[in-house]
Amino acid sequence: MKDLMDKIGFPRFIITVFLIGLILLAVFLKIPLPGLITDILVRFGMNAILVLAMVPAVQSGIGLNFNLPLGIVFGLIGALVSIEFKLAGFKGLLVSILIAVPLAAIAGYFYGKMLNKIKGQEMTVGTYIGFSVVSLMCIFWLVAPFKSPELIWAYGGNGLRVTVSLESSIGHILNNLWHFNIGKVVVPTGLLLFFALCAFIVWVYNKSKKGLSMRVAGSNEKFALSNGIDVDRERIIGTIISTVLAAIGIIVYSQAFGFLQLYNAPLYAAMPAVASILIGGASLHKAKIVHVIIGTLLFQSLLVVALPVINIISEGSMSEVIRTIISNGIILYALTRTGGEEA
Amino acid sequence: MIVPIIFLILGVVGFLFTGLPLKFLMDEMVIRLARNLVLVLSLIIPVITGMGLNFGIVLGAMAGQIALIIITNYSIGGGLGFLLSIIISTPIAILFGFLVGRVLNKAKGKEMITSMILGFFANGVYQLIFLVFAGSIIPIKNKSLLLSSGVGLKNTVDLAGITYSLDRLIPFGKYPIATLLVTLLLYLSVNYFLKTKLGQNMRAVGQDMHIAEVSGINVDKTRITAIIISTVLAAWGQIIFLQNIGTMNTYGSHEQVGLFAVASLLVGGATVDKASWKEALIGTFLFHFLFIVSPLAGQNLMNNAQIGEYFRVFVAYGVIGLALLLHAWEKDKSKTSLSDI
Repeated sequence: MKDLMDKIGFPRFIITVFLIGLILLAVFLKIPLPGLITDILVRFGMNAILVLAMVPAVQSGIGLNFNLPLGIVFGLIGALVSIEFKLAGFKGLLVSILIAVPLAAIAGYFYGKMLNKIKGQEMTVGTYIGFSVVSLMCIFWLVAPFKSPELIWAYGGNGLRVTVSLESSIGHILNNLWHFNIGKVVVPTGLLLFFALCAFIVWVYNKSKKGLSMRVAGSNEKFALSNGIDVDRERIIGTIISTVLAAIGIIVYSQAFGFLQLYNAPLYAAMPAVASILIGGASLHKAKIVHVIIGTLLFQSLLVVALPVINIISEGSMSEVIRTIISNGIILYALTRTGGEEA
Repeated sequence: MIVPIIFLILGVVGFLFTGLPLKFLMDEMVIRLARNLVLVLSLIIPVITGMGLNFGIVLGAMAGQIALIIITNYSIGGGLGFLLSIIISTPIAILFGFLVGRVLNKAKGKEMITSMILGFFANGVYQLIFLVFAGSIIPIKNKSLLLSSGVGLKNTVDLAGITYSLDRLIPFGKYPIATLLVTLLLYLSVNYFLKTKLGQNMRAVGQDMHIAEVSGINVDKTRITAIIISTVLAAWGQIIFLQNIGTMNTYGSHEQVGLFAVASLLVGGATVDKASWKEALIGTFLFHFLFIVSPLAGQNLMNNAQIGEYFRVFVAYGVIGLALLLHAWEKDKSKTSLSDI
């Protein structure tokens, strides 16, 4: 038992046991499982790219990227512009991404340069830079010169809507691509394939010579320097990739959700992503794609299964509470490990 | 001194656009200073002990609110209710402070991010207790506190019983004389405390943990003590704050405490490792000055009050972000220059 726990790690052990308990309870309460599995697949695909954004950040040595909102706001801008020009379907999705990526890359470049001046404090500073960006963008959403009736309030009111429906533009476009049923389980093929594509690109980059120098820079700065690797440059590259993935991630998330959420919605967006990769087995210094997959699957399954179970056995909005406790608990656990070994 | 000056200019320029009478502004400032100064004071000791800005004062605020919920449950109001809530909140805050201190000792060098996440985590536990357990597992006598389903506390708790119980203890129009006196007393106590042996130990720990350890100071214990004092002050501060406001937002009142108190202290010119009562006083004044002025200035300048609202939130976050950034920058520079030698 002890060996098993050491091997899979204490937090994963607890969460897996908790999840199995919840699933048994769900079966006992006669909650239809196919619906739950469908939800898990969708939520996995929705969130996985945002979690994937942590990988290059950790590998390049800037640690967990609490400044995910920086990339997210540019993803939102991309989607807004594509709606403004009445683009829909795959054209809309593609244009959203094409607009968001260069903006996020530029922002990531400057953010990376800034992080190079504050080595060791990236997480604390990043969190508050993220909060500042979100609140500054609140003003931008109010004054941005968008005209489409889809985006602005119908009667009076200033600025963009708080939530923008994507029903007539890019809503569920990836979810419904090549989707098929196994029994009553709906598999959102397009959504999962898109994540696979992103993960594959990150994986290929990792295996390349460039990716190797990035990982060396992240794991041992002195060793990297003595091998002629420009550590600062590698950190900037890691930050750029992470920010770009966050921008793409929020577009994919929004199309699956069916709405764009503006204003304060991205404020705490980094917390579940950080928690997911830590649950998957990553640490402050080590992260792999397999951690993304395991962590997102475990975390999202827990939330999906917990919701109906809790609604039956107790009243109130307990699933949100559970999410807060688990996600922040796991981050806390990782932060208090000496030397930042595996969480 | 550049930061407070910038904010003073920003505030004065904003004030000119609001067209408010000066007397109204000054009255409002006195009230706001009285209700916020103790919360800002609670941050000073951890800064001096080298633990950075203690975002964990959120837990102190929770301790204060738990005490307020208890006295409301038994419908105890007036001066007695206020005194009782202070007495009840103290042991809870000591316990919370002890726990926060223990956790932060395990995360040396990462105290700020850890205390911040700890605040979020504690918020989840707090919600679990008062949203799910209250009324179901924890018996609540005062049914008007509960949601119509009988489980979970309502979003707002009416504190009519203790409203102004401290503020108007010494009647003088609407001016909170007693609160200002208590605040003064607490500021003097903290100042005195920092001159005692324990206070000096905290300074030593703040300067260099290793040297402090070698010279026989129990570093871990000193750090925990610092956080306990901070948490207790935050609990009292939150009670003082809420007796002035009069209603408690059960699930929201404590959330912004860390943000606004930290931003206030930094606006006053404090840094991550240097703070005193002067920065607390100046900062609280300037931050709330801008807080009153910015929505009105936004309304008059851009014809949109919401811009001003968002602007002040941006100022709060931005100030903290910038201060942390500049501090980390300075530290990084000194690190490089040392290794260059």
